[in-house]
Amino acid sequence: MSTRLSKGGRLINRSAPVEFSFNGKRFKGYQGDTLAAGLLANDQMLVGRSFKYHRPRGIVASGPEEPNALVNLGSGARLEPNQRTTTTELFDGLECTSQNHWPSLEFDVGVVNNYAARFLPAGFYYKTFIHPRPFWKHVFEPIIRRSAGLGKAPTEGDADRYEQAYAFCDVLVIGAGVAGLLATKAAADAGHRVILLEQNPTLGGRAPVDETEINGQPVDAWLSAIESDLAARDNVTIRTRTCGFGVYDHGYVLADERVADHTPGDGRPKHRLWRIRAGKIVTATGAIERPLSFAGNDIPGVMLASAVRDYVVNYAVSPGDRTVIVTNNDSAYQTALALKAAGLDVPAILDARDAATGALPEAARAAGIRVLTGKAIAKVKGSKRVTGVAICAQAGEGAVQEEIPCEAVAMSGGWSPVVHLWSHCGGKLLWDETISAFVPDAARPPLNHDGSAMVEVVGSAAGHLDLGAIFDGVAQMPVSTRVETKGRRKEDTKKTVKTSVEIPPVWVMPQGAPLALRSKMWLDYQNDVKVSDVQLASREGYVSVEHTKRYTTLGMATDQGKLSNINGLAILADSLGAEIPQVGTTTFRPPYTPAMHEMHEKAGAYFEPVGLWRRPYCFPRAGETHEQAVHREVLNTRQNLGLLDASTLGKIIVKGPDAGRFLDMLYTGVMSTLPIGKCRYGLMCNEQGFLSDDGVVARISEDTWLCHTTSGGADRIHAWMEDWLQCEWWDWQVYTANVTEQYAQVAVVGPNARKLLQVLGGMDVSKDALPFMQWADGTLAGFPVRVYRISFSGELSYEIAVPASHGAAFWAACMEAGKALGAMPYGTEALHVMRAEKGFIMIGDETDGTVIPQDLGLDWAISKKKADYLGKRGQERSYLTDPDRWKLVGFDTLDGSVIPDGAYIVVEGSNANNQRNVQGRVTSTYYSPTLKRGIAMGLLKHGPSRMGEVVEFNTVAGGTVKARVRDTVFFDKDGEKQNV
Amino acid sequence: MSDPISALQGASFQGFASVREIGPVGMITLRAKGLKSLEKAVKSVTGTKLPAQRRIEVNGDRACAWMSPDEYLLMLPYADVRTALTSIAKSLAKEHFLAVDVSDARAVFRIEGEKADQVLQKLSPVDFETLQPGELRRTRAAQVAAALWQQDDGYTLVCFRSVASYVMGLLVHSAQPNAELKS
Amino acid sequence: MLILECPYCGVKAEETELSPGYEAHLKRFGPGSSPEEFEAYMFARKNPKGVHFERWRHTYGCGKWFLAARCTATLEVFGTYPAQVSEPPPEIIEKIKARRPDWKGFK
Repeated sequence: MSTRLSKGGRLINRSAPVEFSFNGKRFKGYQGDTLAAGLLANDQMLVGRSFKYHRPRGIVASGPEEPNALVNLGSGARLEPNQRTTTTELFDGLECTSQNHWPSLEFDVGVVNNYAARFLPAGFYYKTFIHPRPFWKHVFEPIIRRSAGLGKAPTEGDADRYEQAYAFCDVLVIGAGVAGLLATKAAADAGHRVILLEQNPTLGGRAPVDETEINGQPVDAWLSAIESDLAARDNVTIRTRTCGFGVYDHGYVLADERVADHTPGDGRPKHRLWRIRAGKIVTATGAIERPLSFAGNDIPGVMLASAVRDYVVNYAVSPGDRTVIVTNNDSAYQTALALKAAGLDVPAILDARDAATGALPEAARAAGIRVLTGKAIAKVKGSKRVTGVAICAQAGEGAVQEEIPCEAVAMSGGWSPVVHLWSHCGGKLLWDETISAFVPDAARPPLNHDGSAMVEVVGSAAGHLDLGAIFDGVAQMPVSTRVETKGRRKEDTKKTVKTSVEIPPVWVMPQGAPLALRSKMWLDYQNDVKVSDVQLASREGYVSVEHTKRYTTLGMATDQGKLSNINGLAILADSLGAEIPQVGTTTFRPPYTPAMHEMHEKAGAYFEPVGLWRRPYCFPRAGETHEQAVHREVLNTRQNLGLLDASTLGKIIVKGPDAGRFLDMLYTGVMSTLPIGKCRYGLMCNEQGFLSDDGVVARISEDTWLCHTTSGGADRIHAWMEDWLQCEWWDWQVYTANVTEQYAQVAVVGPNARKLLQVLGGMDVSKDALPFMQWADGTLAGFPVRVYRISFSGELSYEIAVPASHGAAFWAACMEAGKALGAMPYGTEALHVMRAEKGFIMIGDETDGTVIPQDLGLDWAISKKKADYLGKRGQERSYLTDPDRWKLVGFDTLDGSVIPDGAYIVVEGSNANNQRNVQGRVTSTYYSPTLKRGIAMGLLKHGPSRMGEVVEFNTVAGGTVKARVRDTVFFDKDGEKQNV
Repeated sequence: MSDPISALQGASFQGFASVREIGPVGMITLRAKGLKSLEKAVKSVTGTKLPAQRRIEVNGDRACAWMSPDEYLLMLPYADVRTALTSIAKSLAKEHFLAVDVSDARAVFRIEGEKADQVLQKLSPVDFETLQPGELRRTRAAQVAAALWQQDDGYTLVCFRSVASYVMGLLVHSAQPNAELKS
Repeated sequence: MLILECPYCGVKAEETELSPGYEAHLKRFGPGSSPEEFEAYMFARKNPKGVHFERWRHTYGCGKWFLAARCTATLEVFGTYPAQVSEPPPEIIEKIKARRPDWKGFK
């Protein structure tokens, strides 16, 4: 059984005990423990079930590469699924539950999949559930979805707060092991502003566990010296519990800081996303130990050798009284020595190599440990936990020579440098035969904005697996060069750093293992991908590693192949008879560690989004539906007085000696001849000729115009104006200013509109003083105002602009003074109904980016005399001058009903895609409370020459609505109401 | 006529830094370039010299900021805007320029305290360690446009009036107690 | 995420402070131009893998449009310059030639 040792544990604080629970069981641990260490200390070896076969799963690793030990962490509003126990810090009161099992962890029904394993090979789902087609959606998928999946999705809203922050530095170092600390010091010495990120709570990386001394000093002494040195510097910022998980273009790095994961509810933000911009990035992300592929390597108790020594040294946790070591390299011998030093038994070290003569093997022998070379594990005994191992020759086919009882197996298949951050922005890799691993190719780095190398790699992430090589590597780092002396980029000055560590390739154990053994050798523990699955994929013709990944799901689990990828690749390469570098790697993608208006309200308005704005749609009264409210608002405005908040209309000032000339280019009509004090309606098109915006332009002075744009169009049109002024006609003297937000604008609309303004008092708004399509400055009720006499409803109408900070007060003054005149506010829907009754177009309804003004019968607003305007050449294209184009007309339904939104005008027959032939479509359709029937506008082929003809619109229900073609002005055709 | 009302009517929050909406502040957008009388026109309104690239010149409750090669933002008491516009028009008569009142189009915030920069560091892609005193940075605060500069014991931030409550929400969230980026 | 220095205000702006405007140095063809000229102006874009000239607007900054010369493959930026020119300035051309000896040149 796994248990807590009575002595040791460099990271735990025995005077600070904590309690936590797993599946409701109460456990004890210490401050400083990870959740995984706490579980192991309480003999909780079984922590989950695998994804496909529901096989028992135990803790394998001690860091972010852990594939199995994922739990539902917390409860209620703090429930988080798929939390890695190996990186979760233990705290008092922590609650967690295991995942992917039913009905319980100990007894899982899904384990029958295990016995049916030969019916669930790679690509099983693709092959089996393809026919009959409807079965996938209705039968197969629901069942598979229920039994699959890992953690539970939380049902409550998240109780925690999250935030982000920006940071800038000359050099960003990711990883605070020996290499990262040295790199930070070197860059800081060179005068750079440095940020150092470390995902763990403590600095030092693997050194305190794996090394005895650094630079002639005891490890702890060396570490504390360099840590205090760095902490004292103004140009160094160290952030622990912060994982740099993605490297992006031009030195942009994202990092996740786990601020309060270990102190939930203390009021701090739970996580913080750092957006860091670095001049150079140094990755010191270390290496991850690889598992070995032998039968039963997934049984709880089989762990990475480095993890075993981490648990023993850092947390004083024993994986069992007897641990068998199996390895292809010297590093695992450290585990044997650490176990021995803790007073635990190591019955044997099985070394797949023919000889083991290094200092570590010799030390193991000297410690009295039995070292067996040329040996392999034929099979691990046990089901829910390890009970022993069967030994065979590595060179053979698995004939058992001896069985050794044990509680744990510590395995080491060598070390894979963590090259993800190097590779995110295109850094290339080399296959290093000495250590049988991919290492960063310094000659082909990811590039920065100036074409220089953006990322440098140091330490074991660069394949430097011993301290000497690590020191040499950091010394050769270009960022170690002083800032002041930084001249031209030094190219190819980097010498090769030699590492003294050799790791021969051992991809399958034993080498000649038959199918029975290979089908029990797990590569991807979480997704249940075995050696036999990758070999099957290869036999079925999968050559590309990317295809094999998707077919077998190798490396697609939450650990993203950190453990499994290289072993899987090697097996694929072997099956294909190719070299590993030729097979290549799957793409390393970020992330690396998978990570993440008061007045109208008071009046009870119902809002709708209009562009980026929220505008009142209508102002329903108690007991009214929105439809009833709209009808009331329309009728009251037509009969009495309506008030509309038109503040969102875009307002752009255009001023200068060339402003008239500029506006003549921008609008299809002529604005330069507009007399001061008058208003004119204008259309803007893009260069293709399509209508893009409309609005009323007012001439303010000799050299100043004010352009109204559609709501939400102000920023876009302002940018459009500036684009032409800055990039095409830069010698024209024109200035623009977007003053949309400076003014609140109130439309006072209806037969009583003038009366209201007269009650407010302060300026002459009579028919003679302020005729239709003119504007005037003045005061109303003491407010400084500019009054535009324009109408989008066909009624007597004034649009009044006041400074925004007086808007609410002015609106209130209008409503108060309007009481006796029947004033009611109206919303955007009533606006739409009234404009449709008058046949006024709306950008976005009558236009969709493919409609030219000529399609809408707006030829009157297009100058025939102007030599040029934006869109003129585009409109001359043959397709746009085709007489068969759909053109705007009005429609009266024969039965008075409302044509459905989006309906098409259908004709006999169907097209090549078996779709009904069409000859037009509705663009605006409303119930007119004024006329008490449905009205509509739409585009119809040859429309204007088909007046009086009856056409058919399709309906959603499958039927049709008959309507008679007519002109677009449904109400007050002669404009008598607005010209009073 | 009523008194002008700022977007959030002086809302405030105290966290690890203090945040408050100030205003209304009088603001004039002045667009002009290379005019002989420009220096004089600005001085007559703000009492400052014409700011250099990205600089803001402050004179008590008046200031002039460089916004682009042909744009300046003049800040002054709200009540004085009309007179200032008249003064500019007089100084720059017959020249090509544009001066408009944008006082009501904006909201202005003050973020104060020793760690005020840390509040803004969470919102804008700006290197506050290299942002010079008297330097105005136009950038974004989360999803909206903003201009900010260091002044006295803190920073002033200007945004559009329509997004004032959004920006206040950002500032409050960022200034929460115990959410410092460094002590 | 790209960083481009705005040539007007000197700010090293990140991509989120900018708006892209696609290919630079297009010659406008208006009324009177042939269908081929108009097509080239409106629709035909170079979209090269390698050296490219682009329009960018410092939207969240000074609001000015500027032009950038960069490599679309490696994202190396050769320089940024004001938009009021019809072809890249000589110093930008020199810089590109130094970094990309094989470059066939502008046009």
